Amino acid sequence: MRTTYRDALRQGLRAALRADERVFLMGEDVGRYGGTYAVSQGLLEEFGEARVRDTPLSESGFVGAGIGAAINGMRPIVEVMTVNFSLLALDQIVNNAATLRHMSGGQVGVPVVIRMGTGAGRQLAAQHSHSLEVWYAHVPGLRVLAPATLEDARGMLLAALRCADPVILFEHALLLNAEGELEGEPAPVDIDHAAVRRAGRDVSLVTYGGSLPRCLAAADALAAEGIDAEVLDLRTLRPLDREAVAASVRRTRRVVVVDEGWKTCGLAAEIMASVVELAFFELDAPPARVCSAEVPVPYARHLEEAALPSVARIVRAVREGVGR
Amino acid sequence: MLQAAPARELLRQMLRIRRFEEACAQLYGAGRIRGFLHLCIGQEAVAAGAVPALRDDDSVLATYREHGHALARGVPMGAVMAEMFGQREGCSRGRGGSMHLFDAGRRFYGGNAIVAGALPVAAGFALAERLRGSDRIAACLFGEGAMAEGEFHEAANLAVLWRLPLLLLCENNLYAMGTALERSQSQTDLAAKARAYRMSALSVDGMNVCAVREAVQRAAAQVRGGEGPAFVELRTYRFRAHSMFDPELYRTKAEVEQWKQRCPIAAFERHVAALGLAVDAAAVEAEVAAEVEAAIAFAEAGTPEPVADLLRDVTAEDAA
Repeated sequence: MRTTYRDALRQGLRAALRADERVFLMGEDVGRYGGTYAVSQGLLEEFGEARVRDTPLSESGFVGAGIGAAINGMRPIVEVMTVNFSLLALDQIVNNAATLRHMSGGQVGVPVVIRMGTGAGRQLAAQHSHSLEVWYAHVPGLRVLAPATLEDARGMLLAALRCADPVILFEHALLLNAEGELEGEPAPVDIDHAAVRRAGRDVSLVTYGGSLPRCLAAADALAAEGIDAEVLDLRTLRPLDREAVAASVRRTRRVVVVDEGWKTCGLAAEIMASVVELAFFELDAPPARVCSAEVPVPYARHLEEAALPSVARIVRAVREGVGR
Repeated sequence: MLQAAPARELLRQMLRIRRFEEACAQLYGAGRIRGFLHLCIGQEAVAAGAVPALRDDDSVLATYREHGHALARGVPMGAVMAEMFGQREGCSRGRGGSMHLFDAGRRFYGGNAIVAGALPVAAGFALAERLRGSDRIAACLFGEGAMAEGEFHEAANLAVLWRLPLLLLCENNLYAMGTALERSQSQTDLAAKARAYRMSALSVDGMNVCAVREAVQRAAAQVRGGEGPAFVELRTYRFRAHSMFDPELYRTKAEVEQWKQRCPIAAFERHVAALGLAVDAAAVEAEVAAEVEAAIAFAEAGTPEPVADLLRDVTAEDAA
């Protein structure tokens, strides 16, 4: 069936709310407004105010409440509008959600799911354009997911709700209108492994989330030049499927990591380090990366485009790595 | 009217906390306990009066100065001491230490060392009860310093807005570490602050264990009745330093001495004597001394967690 990423997210939410009485959704404008990205439209009417809860503007307060409700037997889905605002809840996520199981000697689990939009590309300027997935991927105790396909948009939430630990879900704003075919009923998907989205022999493009379509477009462009690129979608940013990265690099002997986050201390750096640790002697060229420029994302369209990983920049990086 | 048996129990709980912490201070000096150690000596009436006023199936969340709360909740003293020693037999398997005592079986959920960090979580505990339609409540103990943090205000707003069964117990010992209340908060009438959110709020003498117990019992019943959250300020004082590394430059010895005249244990003993209740204080002391001694022995006999298990309990999959 023809479906958008937005609809796929909603299907996942509806299935989750139908399947388990303990599941509820809360966040800013998830109810009457229908979600800032219209993801939760119609859910308030179907499930009522107790289970689709509009919260005040208090990210720390309602994320913390999600954590408490999760410990106390519920399965909350907390929507933080975007990763930019999640910084106001960083204390709750890092100091409580991620630590309580360990600090309590295993007595307390925090099965909360925290969803948030991420990414740039809509001329919203620096405070609405962050890609800070790596901040969360840094923290032991969290699981971090980045659905990039329709199937993952629908099924990762359901898999996350089966997890006994806190899960952070990053939904890239530019993917919301992505369209494709989506068959079958909503069901949990695997959240332990990366996935090869396009097989290739000459170079591995390792990416996640909003950069996946760019990498696939770059791979098409490269194919026209006779370069056969493999595209690996990480899907889960913590724990990382390092073995899948290494396996891809062993096949192609070259790797370009594409990450909308900043280069310095970013996820791309971590992937490159993993390649060096696991497959150094298989490499025919130094690992490369395409990241966002080291600048707060600017408003003006041409500047924003220049700051983000583009298909052209990915193609260029591959050509340089392949020596063409 | 106070009877002999409950009076004995109040005295016993306060003495357990006092003697336990005195032992902790000594063991800290001897190097057996490390890290931060925050003693609540002087504030025993709060823990002994408030915590037993809750039901066993209510949830309790506390601050990093929570030895008293944990003991009053029934967390075995040996498990608390073993935690201080960093042993596997500790109530958090040596992963938490003094500031992170947990006992999920007794619904004691820490032990939070981020000031005000437990308040939104406690609101979430209460939200779960409200969604299930139960009559259980969540109680959160926090210091007055937490009321300068945004998380207090966010949690208070949420709790009233959603009529959550949340009992806010503010232990006002007048100093946020070394910063006096009037130097850190524009409104020092803490109950007025809570009332600004349209919840019921009162202030009581936190050095008077009977007053604490009565106020918390009443507030808990009100919260349980579905009226939404309630706030109780417990006015108390910390006799010892903030932690073991505090030269106490921010308050005078005279001030501390003045408060020590209001020692909650001595005051209660006088009260019990005045009422002519048959409470054998010496026997209670002996009982408590034996419990503390046994707790230390239990902790001493404990075993360190094997380093091979370092990574356990980070996620559910890591559980051994």
